[in-house]
Amino acid sequence: MSATVPRLHPKARLQRDEVRQRDVLLYPEGLVALNATGAEILKLCDGTRSVADVAAALRQRYGAEGIEQDVTAFLDGLAAKGLVLYGR
Amino acid sequence: MDAKPLWLLAELTYKCPLQCPYCSNPLAFAGPRFKRELTTEEWCRVFREARALGVLQLGLSGGEPTLRPDLEELVRTAHDLGLYSSLITSAYRLTRERLAGLKQAGLDHVQISVQGADAELSDEIAGTTSYDDKIAAYHYTRELGFPLTVNVVLHRRNLHQVRELIRLAESLGAERIELANTQFYGWALHNRDALLPTREQLDAAWRVVQEERARLGPKLEIVWVLPDYHEQYPKPCMGGWARAYMTVTPAGEVWPCHAAGRITTLQFANVRDHPLEWIWNESDAFTRFRGDAWMPEPCRSCPRKTVDFGGCRCQAFLIAGDAGLTDPVCSLSPHRPLIDAAVATAERAASEGGSAPVEWTYRAAPASRTLAAKG
Repeated sequence: MSATVPRLHPKARLQRDEVRQRDVLLYPEGLVALNATGAEILKLCDGTRSVADVAAALRQRYGAEGIEQDVTAFLDGLAAKGLVLYGR
Repeated sequence: MDAKPLWLLAELTYKCPLQCPYCSNPLAFAGPRFKRELTTEEWCRVFREARALGVLQLGLSGGEPTLRPDLEELVRTAHDLGLYSSLITSAYRLTRERLAGLKQAGLDHVQISVQGADAELSDEIAGTTSYDDKIAAYHYTRELGFPLTVNVVLHRRNLHQVRELIRLAESLGAERIELANTQFYGWALHNRDALLPTREQLDAAWRVVQEERARLGPKLEIVWVLPDYHEQYPKPCMGGWARAYMTVTPAGEVWPCHAAGRITTLQFANVRDHPLEWIWNESDAFTRFRGDAWMPEPCRSCPRKTVDFGGCRCQAFLIAGDAGLTDPVCSLSPHRPLIDAAVATAERAASEGGSAPVEWTYRAAPASRTLAAKG
């Protein structure tokens, strides 16, 4: 899975929620509240980076190891809701 | 409690070419209370104030919102504010050009209703020839790259078409189909004896929904809005009174839900007279039933009060006669027999010949004025 390229489904939109001091993913009739890491992962999903690339970019920023599993789990969760697409 | 609104339903007009007998608009929609529609500038101010309060999701509804010639401008303002906007339309005479313009303005999502799975039934229920317009608009919506929701209100006369309706949504490439069992307020309550389904109909439809969900998986989201008269416990109406949601009506009154205006014991403020923030935080209509301090028994000591919030205030008012009582749908409510009696009437009508023609009052301005005059 780590070689696949994740991107946001066109129906979903990242939005800053200033009132609640958080980022959210908006979609038809719903939203997902994101923590800072979640928002950062989605901002890195630009349609060219693979899951491994996204994890590498985060590792570089924070020096955290073993991050790829977390990235995969997070994106799989959104993919199950139809909010993230895999593929090229 | 620190409640902040997430959802705003903007009812831009109560004018509508369709005449659905279960319309959620007030029975008195044609009366003076709703006459003087908000201007473009007033709506834009409402959107700005709503966004500053925490609203992220905007429904542009009606009546028929595409009758507003300033819809594009309203959409553009909503988009610039960062609101996720959904157009909730009948698609009557909706052209590809209009939809393209709305896409350009930043509209995010389109919901188009259909009243039945074929032209004959859909047009009969709508009271207006509109099915072909809807099918055309579904295709435009997909061609233009909008996410699409197909909306159907379910009742005695179309529940047998649930499979065909799901297949229609599937064939159109919709993201979602909302199968909304009729909730009995406004016109639907007035027409309840013609609309309320039998247990057998609901069970059959629910089986189809489960089969189709298993078949389609994530390809098509099938939303099933519970038929609350046939439930044991009430719905968690609006996720709790004045917790996350508000409706602004065409002439600027603000309600905690789109049916609340019928509750005569509440005072509703208007965006023409007050900032939205005051209305949300301070007005009578929004504060009266927020939280759980207002709850009587059997809700007060009930562990389910954090699950269903006492159910629906409108239903308590309309059926039990007091908006501050437990939702009469609840099996623990002393008023539950009133709901059971309505269900029994529907079952009796079905067993005495379900094919008898259904008498209902179409939603239309003359009928609205007559009903409003009667009180």
